[in-house]
Amino acid sequence: MLTRKFKTRPFMAAHTDTAHGSHAGGGHGHDEHHEHEHESMKTFGFWLFLMTDCILFATLFATYIVLKGNTNGGPTAHELFEMPGIIASTFILLTSSFTSGLAVLAMHKKNVKGLIMWLGVTVLLGASFVALEVTEFIKMVHEGATISTSAFLSGFFTLVGTHGLHVSLGLFWMIGLMIQLSRRGITPVTQRKVNVISLYWHFLDVVWIFVFTIVYMMGVM
Amino acid sequence: MLEKIKEFAGDFFVTGDPLIYGADVSIALALISIITVLTYFKKWGWLWREWLTTVDHKRIGIMYIIASILMLFRGGVDALLMRTQIALPDVHFLEPEHYNQIFTTHGVIMILFMAMPLMFGLFNIVVPLQIGARDVAYPFLNSLSFWMFFFGAMLFNMSFVIGGSPDAGWLSYAPLSELSHSPGVGQDFYIWGIQISGIGSLATGINFIVTILKMRAPGMKLMQMPMFSWSVLSSCVTIIFAFPILTVTLALLFLDRYLGAHFFTLDGGGNPMMYVNLIWMWGHPEVYIVVLPAFGIYSEIVATFSKKKLFGYKSMVFAMMIISVLSFFTWLHHFFTMGSGADVNAFFAITTMLIAIPTGVKVFNWLFTMFRGRITFSTPMMWTIAFIPCFVIGGMTGVLLSVAPADFQFHNSYFLIAHFHQVLIGGVAFGYFAGLYYWWPKMFGFKLNEKLGKWAFWLWNIGFYVCFMPQYFLGLDGMTRRVSEYSWDMGWGPLNLVSTIGGFLMGIGFLFQVWQIAHSIKFMERDTTGDPWNGRTLEWSIPSPAPLYNFATLPQVQNQDDWWEDKQRKANGLPSTKKPQPLEPIHMPKNSAIPFIMSVCWFVAGFGFVFDWLIFAIPGMIGVFICLLARSFSYDTDYYIPVDEIKRTEAALRGAN
Repeated sequence: MLTRKFKTRPFMAAHTDTAHGSHAGGGHGHDEHHEHEHESMKTFGFWLFLMTDCILFATLFATYIVLKGNTNGGPTAHELFEMPGIIASTFILLTSSFTSGLAVLAMHKKNVKGLIMWLGVTVLLGASFVALEVTEFIKMVHEGATISTSAFLSGFFTLVGTHGLHVSLGLFWMIGLMIQLSRRGITPVTQRKVNVISLYWHFLDVVWIFVFTIVYMMGVM
Repeated sequence: MLEKIKEFAGDFFVTGDPLIYGADVSIALALISIITVLTYFKKWGWLWREWLTTVDHKRIGIMYIIASILMLFRGGVDALLMRTQIALPDVHFLEPEHYNQIFTTHGVIMILFMAMPLMFGLFNIVVPLQIGARDVAYPFLNSLSFWMFFFGAMLFNMSFVIGGSPDAGWLSYAPLSELSHSPGVGQDFYIWGIQISGIGSLATGINFIVTILKMRAPGMKLMQMPMFSWSVLSSCVTIIFAFPILTVTLALLFLDRYLGAHFFTLDGGGNPMMYVNLIWMWGHPEVYIVVLPAFGIYSEIVATFSKKKLFGYKSMVFAMMIISVLSFFTWLHHFFTMGSGADVNAFFAITTMLIAIPTGVKVFNWLFTMFRGRITFSTPMMWTIAFIPCFVIGGMTGVLLSVAPADFQFHNSYFLIAHFHQVLIGGVAFGYFAGLYYWWPKMFGFKLNEKLGKWAFWLWNIGFYVCFMPQYFLGLDGMTRRVSEYSWDMGWGPLNLVSTIGGFLMGIGFLFQVWQIAHSIKFMERDTTGDPWNGRTLEWSIPSPAPLYNFATLPQVQNQDDWWEDKQRKANGLPSTKKPQPLEPIHMPKNSAIPFIMSVCWFVAGFGFVFDWLIFAIPGMIGVFICLLARSFSYDTDYYIPVDEIKRTEAALRGAN
């Protein structure tokens, strides 16, 4: 086998393969094995990144909770939030998490078309979520509730906006990935990329559940 | 038109101070000479291919160290300017505004742009070699981290001559750092310089955790890992939990200043104390982030130069991990005076005191490692031995400060200044110097001159005590930090003068170090063994400097201090337990220009946000985005080094033995 830069089990390198050095030919079993390890390490790193993102959102939540009573005479959460729209966008985002799961299932069945199709559905749902959020923000600004109105609104726009920014970046990322999939099909590399983006997408879903509960539900209660 | 340009330039460039004009001239001269030298010797291509686009951890490490030494110079000059201003009563060397800027930049530079990169430099050079890996987990990301740090630091330093430096203290407490109290661009330089380099630090944290957990040599169990690598792991775990808080805090401050939000403002319902809480929730772990690797360095050095196994390996590991966890529960001790009530203060006082326990365990372990060892007094060991009493005193004054009721007296006095310089210089700087001396031969293939090194050592050490011991008493006499001028009747003159003399002694010590490096480059013999200190860990088993791929075949590890055990077996005439491994093609990452270009784009965007010039900010951010996409679409990112080439390289390196 080819000497690996990365290792997971001790003494694996003790195996030898007469075919070493034949990398140019490519595609033999050990090479894929090597690539697989390489890719699983990247997924592990992405889990760590998600942990840092968790802390980032935790800090924003803490700030929001500390400041949410400071409305500075401006509108309160109760007056501002319109739940039907929020519930609609919640369902849209939850559904998109489900469809991203379907995309991963299609990938496991080696079904490239199904994979790209479900990713496409996820992008559309994600885009409608962002559109609803932007509409909500614009409406609030027209009602005079801006980021500089009060500390409560600063916290609100920043927390919810950061989540929205994450979703928007995910959309571009997912479109880029769809193009790569259509060119290269399902390889260990694209497979890892699909796994990673679906982790990201589920993570944003979980964060949204907290946003929905802490910001909106507790706001109108 | 001309008037307009004049007016603009008057605001844009910092004017009116001869010191700054001097700096302007020297910066311009340095730039011109660098460009001339590179062009004359036709080195632009070399610089680009071998350094700016490299993903080799050893080269990235060297670049980190060069940058940090430059920053040590700048931060040190800041320190000496301050000490000159307050050496005697009623001195008018610096204006109060200028003094504010200098203590701000001194703090930021020393912690974030000197200690952090020096630490990352040592991580990069040592960790992969020590755990028997061929690179870090994500070499591309590693290069990106470096360039983000570098351009973040450049952006911050630029404020010195363009726009004006930040002047709200190294942590820029709100509301002083808000637009209402700091309307200039200095504060925006602070936000963006630190933000850009902070994202790089966060990525380095992730990178080294994965490297250490996933890429150790075959057979190396976690509990056989060299202590420095353990300290890096504990430091990086702290980084990934602490740095996102900094990112958010700076972003919120930016939103306050840029969009008129009310997070930390005095009006609109903002809460300035929220800023102080958040910044210390990062800031306190941050000091442990920089000191833990120093503990690791001392552990390596003390074992090597006592010729003994490190005493209490397991307790060392547990102590460091406990420190990383506890570091997140002490932040409020920086502001007991906020008035959170007796219960809250008591909680944070106790958690702070608890940290003294694992630290004490470590001190005893180092002492017991030396006990009955055959100690060699080379420069790395001298710094280590000097560190122990220094850090013990610093630790004890820390415990004094942690007593919440007493802290109301010590708070923001020179007692505090003396305490944290004692742990940061005596702990962090001494440790990194020791590490630099210790691993220098691994980086460059020759040792640093011992005689000049000892001069530097004594100057630094004597200078340190002369400088900071008087400050404890100044603090008890009521001198508060950030005072730029005092009158004769305060009675602080004599001790301040002594302190300033000590500061300059350390400055001379630094000059000796520079001389030492220059002298050693010219005169020191090449080390052909790869193991000049008779070391214990894997990095000493390969030639110095290490070849691109580090290890021709991956080492098979069976013991803690595996290289030492191997040498002992050989010395006793026993056969090696290692089976020779056949050479195989080595998988390596390709160089990439994207990290450099992307960091330049961040720099441009940051500059645009500082001056609120969207013509810079928007293209900069678009550039960052394009770089991300370009990386995502590039699949040709690695290659194999053929066996023949490895054979040739090894023959050239080992043949010299």
